[in-house]
Amino acid sequence: MAGDGKYDVIVVGSGPGGYVACLRAAELGLRAACVEKSDRVGGACLNVGCIPSKALLESSRFFYLARKRFQEHGIVLDDQVLDLPVMMARKSEVVRGLVDNVRKLLENAGVALIRGTARLAGERRVEVTRDGEKTVLEADAVVLATGGEPVPVPSLPFDGRRIVSSTEVLDFDRVPEHLAVVGGGTIGLELGSVWSRLGARVTVIEMMPGIAAVADGQVSRTLERLLSRQGLEFRLRTKVTGAEVTDEQVVLTLDTQGKEDSIACDRVLVAVGRKPFTGGLGLEALGIGTDPRTGHVLVDERYRTGVAWIYAVGDLVPGPMLAHKASAEGIAAVECIAGLPGEVNYDTIPSVIYTSPEVAGVGLTEEQARERGLSFVAGSCPFTGSARARCMGDTDGFVKVIAHGRTGRLLGVHIIGPEASELIGECAGALERNATAEEFARVVRAHPTLSEAVRDAALIVQSSRKHE
Amino acid sequence: MQIEVKVPEVGESVQEALLVQWYRRDGDMVRKGEILFIIETDKVTLEVSADADGMLKILVPEGQTVRIGTVVATIDLEAREAKPLPTLQPEAEKTGEAVEKAAEREAAAGPVPISPVHAPSPSGAGTAEASPRPIVSESVKELLAERGLDAAQIIPGGPGGRLTRGDVLAFLDERGHETTGKPAERTVTEPAVMPEAPRRVPPRRQVVFAPEELTVRKPMTPIRRRIADHMLQARLNTAMLTTFNEIDMSRLQEIRKQFRDLFQKKHSVSLGIMSFFLKAAAVALKELPELNAFIEGHEIVYHNYIHIGVAVGAERGLVVPVIRDVDKLGFADLEKAIVDHVRKIGENRLEMSDLEGGTFTISNGGVYGSLMSTPILNSPQSGILGLHKIEERPVVVGGRIVIRPMMYVALSYDHRIVDGREAVTFLKRIKECIENPERIMVEI
Repeated sequence: MAGDGKYDVIVVGSGPGGYVACLRAAELGLRAACVEKSDRVGGACLNVGCIPSKALLESSRFFYLARKRFQEHGIVLDDQVLDLPVMMARKSEVVRGLVDNVRKLLENAGVALIRGTARLAGERRVEVTRDGEKTVLEADAVVLATGGEPVPVPSLPFDGRRIVSSTEVLDFDRVPEHLAVVGGGTIGLELGSVWSRLGARVTVIEMMPGIAAVADGQVSRTLERLLSRQGLEFRLRTKVTGAEVTDEQVVLTLDTQGKEDSIACDRVLVAVGRKPFTGGLGLEALGIGTDPRTGHVLVDERYRTGVAWIYAVGDLVPGPMLAHKASAEGIAAVECIAGLPGEVNYDTIPSVIYTSPEVAGVGLTEEQARERGLSFVAGSCPFTGSARARCMGDTDGFVKVIAHGRTGRLLGVHIIGPEASELIGECAGALERNATAEEFARVVRAHPTLSEAVRDAALIVQSSRKHE
Repeated sequence: MQIEVKVPEVGESVQEALLVQWYRRDGDMVRKGEILFIIETDKVTLEVSADADGMLKILVPEGQTVRIGTVVATIDLEAREAKPLPTLQPEAEKTGEAVEKAAEREAAAGPVPISPVHAPSPSGAGTAEASPRPIVSESVKELLAERGLDAAQIIPGGPGGRLTRGDVLAFLDERGHETTGKPAERTVTEPAVMPEAPRRVPPRRQVVFAPEELTVRKPMTPIRRRIADHMLQARLNTAMLTTFNEIDMSRLQEIRKQFRDLFQKKHSVSLGIMSFFLKAAAVALKELPELNAFIEGHEIVYHNYIHIGVAVGAERGLVVPVIRDVDKLGFADLEKAIVDHVRKIGENRLEMSDLEGGTFTISNGGVYGSLMSTPILNSPQSGILGLHKIEERPVVVGGRIVIRPMMYVALSYDHRIVDGREAVTFLKRIKECIENPERIMVEI
């Protein structure tokens, strides 16, 4: 155990919220400790979330390309055999490497990594339990960054085998014949894509009338069409009312606006969302308030809970459940602890869905702008107009720019198309700088690149504004 | 009543498109602005939205290739659900429409503009349950103080009831629409104006706004914007030139004087000068048809009728009601038509059809006392005749200086289609007809 158990900051959790908070604390000269109950640092993101899913998405995309797209490039492979164990091993290696990196980063920064489960134990004390052994640490401030956990569906209890969460779906030992995905959000669509590309029949069941509810409406409708074309099946406005699990399969009873139906599948992924994970922290004992509806920990503008020395960030507090949002909050919270003006600009947090094509957005969607009663102008540019996209053979999708009608200030950018995840970076930057559509359009982009489509969409907005 | 839902034009070279998907089903009640279906061409994918509220009747199923302009559905406007549909964007679409149309046309080959939309003002826009005390970070507090705003004025849009920088900026963006009203708000940071005002701003950050009385910013009314756009287009898209002449009005004045009472008695309308100018213009336009023609692309469209617009200054802006078939109407009919239009304008009853279809325009700046002016074309027309005030001036007639009631007249014309000779001849014909009104009668 490091030192004498007295720290400036103790961070509970080593996910993207926690470990980044620790690194920032160390940078600011604070004595920091990170408590992690798992053997591996990195949290859900690194171990069972963003990273392994991205590794599998990449691998499965190669497989898909080899089977469906290589021929148009004149590359003919005699047969394409999937070696799933190798693919899984590669994924694990990617994860292991990154977990190792985080551990080294913490070590090099002088952050004490303490293994065990933390519980808040009264005035500036954290009790850490490992293998039944308890240690009490002291700190001036504690940052809770314990993340979230999958929300279960009552009619579909997780059994880890047939009915699984986003964790087990990353470790199937063979390609399912028919994978039912309950929930058409980011996780469901990404992991549904993985197994669809690897040969599974995939049916996505969604209660809402559209998939990817957080995305711009036009984007989500386009995504549904493009994924359908790739073979994913969608059952929208549909609820799962029951499940009958046998050795062989699962039969799901569905209700589509009053019409009963059932589908048989061999695996079910339940991905209807995640909720804050606060179990065992001992919040109630200290009187730390949570939102009774969502379970979120209530914090003020400095991420401070009702108890002055306890802070909370990431999935524990309201907002999109994104790794980079957690990191930004972790940094801000630690800065506030250090007496600096730390904060997060929630208007410019990009979100990405790593399907093919990718979906990425930042700022207000058209629906949000409308709902807020803003006068706005929206313009879009399809990737068919992009020379680079044509060379790549990936012309599906478009860039949509939304700006304020009067001032031209950018309100949001939404992209569905190749490398959308990378294109959204410059858009977030422009939003952060309060750029207008014209300023954004005037930035010179290299030719030929996909970012030219971003410029063109901004130009269209600019010219539409002139017609007003 | 029902309206047709057509496959929109997506570009000049595109003849047909694939109707990929219907988002609404046959018989659904749809709202204006709602996405109905999606079409795909080799170049673009386009979402098509409803133009009105009503019941959708689908005529062409999805998966079919349809020609541009095909009617794929109708919307029955009368069909109503038990409870009235909440409108998507109350008054918004009205102003947005013109822009939307323009945008559609530009869609052409590459980029597709989507609807530029004007949404209603932010007043009742409350979406999130407005928490009593929004969470406001330091930088946002500073921004609020800088602009003299109170956090309670703005609905927080960030997670967990946070007021974000973007919320404040959007509020400021929007406020332009309804400015002028609250000078106090803006002058909070101006100690000279309001010495008692609470100093919310640290001195180093003082932002001084121009005193509200010196400039007032108001949004242009839709009609003013239309006029502005129309005027600018006329300037930008024509080769406009003006030629002048002067007219001795004495004969016309004599005739008017002579028949004033009789005319009034018989027709219940007074005999003005405008009917003479309308008739004179009809004679001249028949002789010089280019002034009655439009340019469309690389073609000239000649009109075998003479519909003349008469510019009338109305309270809300200039309007140009059109008098149809001027050549076929008598003096009394013309005078009545003018009186009728003026009354309609006053009662705000003018219809679109009253303003459409003009082939030439007459504008009388004389009623305001203008001595001479260069009228601006009412595009796509190719000519506009400007009348001015009648003034007694010394002129030389038969080698002697005499006093005559004189009027300068101006003809602005589009030099792309009308040559100088034609323009000058036209104005000379007007002059001849007015100086000798009998020429109108015998059409020489």
